Amino acid sequence: MKYSPTRMAEAKAEDQQQGQTEPHDGPFPHAEDDRSPEERLPVDPGEHHDLPDREHCEEILRKMLLIRRFEERAGEMYTKAAIGGFLHLAIGEEAAIVGATLAMRDTDFLISTYREHGQALARGTDPRRVMAELFGRQDGVSKGHGGSMHLFDIEKRFMGGYGIVGGNLPLAVGLGLASDYQETDDVTVCMLGDGAINQGNFGESLNLAALWSLPIVFLVINNQFGMGTAIERASAITDLSKRGDGFGVPGARCNGMDVLDTKDELENALRKAREDRTPQLVEAVTYRFRGHSMADPEEYRSKEEVEEWRRRDPITTFGERVKDEDVLSQDDIDGFDEEAQSTVEEAVEFATQSPFPDLDALYDDLYAYSGDEPGWYVVDERAPETHKGEDLREHSSDAMRELAEAGAAYAKVGDAEERRKRPDPDEGEEPSSGPRDEEGGGD
Amino acid sequence: MRYREALNQALREELEADDNVFIMGEDIGVFQGAFKVTEGLLEDFGEKRVRDTPISENTIVGAGVGAAMGGLRPIVEIMTINFSLLALDQIINAAASVRYMFGGQVGVPMVIRMPQGGGHQLGPTHSHCLEALYLHIPGLLVAVPSTAADAKGLLKTAIRDPNPVIFIEHEALYGRKGEVPENGDAEPMRFGEAAIRREGEDVTIVGISRQALVAADAAETLADEHEIEAEVIDPRTLRPLDLDTIIESVKKTNRAVIVEEGWPHGGVGANLAALIQEQAFDHLDAPVGRVTGADTPMPYSKPLEQAAMPHSEHVVKAVLSTFRDL
Ligand SMILES: Cc1ncc(C[n+]2csc(CCOP(=O)(O)OP(=O)(O)O)c2C)c(N)n1
Ligand SMILES: [Mg+2]
Repeated sequence: MKYSPTRMAEAKAEDQQQGQTEPHDGPFPHAEDDRSPEERLPVDPGEHHDLPDREHCEEILRKMLLIRRFEERAGEMYTKAAIGGFLHLAIGEEAAIVGATLAMRDTDFLISTYREHGQALARGTDPRRVMAELFGRQDGVSKGHGGSMHLFDIEKRFMGGYGIVGGNLPLAVGLGLASDYQETDDVTVCMLGDGAINQGNFGESLNLAALWSLPIVFLVINNQFGMGTAIERASAITDLSKRGDGFGVPGARCNGMDVLDTKDELENALRKAREDRTPQLVEAVTYRFRGHSMADPEEYRSKEEVEEWRRRDPITTFGERVKDEDVLSQDDIDGFDEEAQSTVEEAVEFATQSPFPDLDALYDDLYAYSGDEPGWYVVDERAPETHKGEDLREHSSDAMRELAEAGAAYAKVGDAEERRKRPDPDEGEEPSSGPRDEEGGGD
Repeated sequence: MRYREALNQALREELEADDNVFIMGEDIGVFQGAFKVTEGLLEDFGEKRVRDTPISENTIVGAGVGAAMGGLRPIVEIMTINFSLLALDQIINAAASVRYMFGGQVGVPMVIRMPQGGGHQLGPTHSHCLEALYLHIPGLLVAVPSTAADAKGLLKTAIRDPNPVIFIEHEALYGRKGEVPENGDAEPMRFGEAAIRREGEDVTIVGISRQALVAADAAETLADEHEIEAEVIDPRTLRPLDLDTIIESVKKTNRAVIVEEGWPHGGVGANLAALIQEQAFDHLDAPVGRVTGADTPMPYSKPLEQAAMPHSEHVVKAVLSTFRDL
């Protein structure tokens, strides 16, 4: 039998009847939460914002639809084994992403988590190169070195996705410092999850940002779960906009399902950070409709809860509004949707055509060096031959080449068969087909 | 029984045996563990003994150290070895040092469990093998089980041991099946005892963590195709290290190759090569060979990732090169 919050609450009640007292019940005062999905972290509808002009409504819809279609297609390509590793989709969070990025200037920095395809797309990174990165191809934004969790686009000032929860926060402080030091008026927007807020460097980063008056907006994308852990099982205070109070970072909460409310709140925060040199915290309350990553069986939440949130779909609700107020027609929206789908199709096409990185690219971009510095930068012991000498530095002996190819042959690239085989963990001895189920569980 | 089930069984048995044993970590309870090692434990042992934590590695480990100093026997699960880097302060400055710096007044009987390893395209922040890093730290014990039986036996011993233990599992091994002796209680497995996986006269291959299996594979190829009989040793624990077994073997074979998935500089093999040449220099007919992962962060792209990892072919080649006329 699986864990359920209700069962837990019943068990606890039984324990109490048997005279067990509080301290023995375990550490989770919130675990017996029996509020309905609507009551649980209700989204404050936020202020009512008038629709912007037609052009802006179009832009908003186009961007949200592009992200939605991109994510759906990426999910499909993952099940076909064209994409490997972990794939974290942001379906449901489009309003938070688009609202926030629309409030930014082109010169502002954005730094994000591993759930960041949408952020890159919203900032204008070429969808083809984003998809190519997910495919691990040479034309990917990070040349195949990073994958889905580690996108980057220096030209768009998208300063990266990071696979370490909370790892981007100190970097945001540094980006803010660089802007301040160089006396620009650029602001850094740092996105983090509700789970990341419990890393120690959250407090350290906010304090330093406030102490040095740095132009940074910390945007918590509160989708109410960190993997399978509901926010009230991880955070003693669930109004995350208050978490900056003790550090001198004022906070605000917005409806992350409402693109206009998010945009408005971010505009306020960006202005304060830019003009008053006070870092800001904004919490956008939203929900991820899909699992944490592709392999998540989602046993930790009910279908009803997900359904309830799907009714607040940020794209549908915004679409309804622009139609109700006669700014755009259903035909217009359908047109944007088709455009989004064909852009994504092109991206898949491009990624499929792009070659895998050359095996010699393994050592590319590890160091910045011109080639005539003294000393060995790396050693390569994948192919030990005795007394190899300095030619190691070239990484190009025939033996090395052969072995690199022998290794790469284990990749069985794009073999969907292998992905289908994956559910049988008995196959785990083969290095390239073991269970790959972190953050997703069930193999 | 699968490796992950063997671990689960060890956890269960030790939770049952000692009320002071408890386990905490991210997503180990309701979610039942990122790799399902803790499956069913919350249900069976309750929230007091199986505790989901926030994402706060340094504090979880530190709280484990404190709880151990306070008389408990914590098991802390870190989801992936790369995330344990966030907890290095508590691991090195506290867990490893407390007993020593307080003159033995207090100990830290805790286990920090975590999986390592590449092969699943998790990229540069989730795929590394860092046993060498932990091997470096005096005050810690380090286990690197490669079979289901060792996983169970060593984990039980780790939980009962009065020292802080870094218990390193491998992601590619969780689904692997192996015989696990009934009643693991009868004879707890000892740290510091290597397993000889295959006997041979011609060369000693030491395989670390999952590479013990790759080494065994390579040994078969060497026998079938090159008439070389390799002795394959899995040290199972790196601290304490069963150096005696390794040196005995090298004295017999006169050749050694060490295989690990981690990085070459300062790696387990670098260390072991130094020890072997110090202890058995006169017995060596060739330089000690090493096979390691590539000297780079782990790339995401599948062919690159596989090219960066050591495979059986690499081991065969390395062994053959120790036979080359010098
Ligand atoms: C330091 C670290 N610990 C644990 C993990 C594993 N992990 C990946 S995502 C995640 C949950 C993060 O939740 P949240 O911050 O709310 O972001 P979300 O996934 O909801 O977008 C965890 C625990 C990690 N990647 N890094
Ligand atoms: Mg979250």
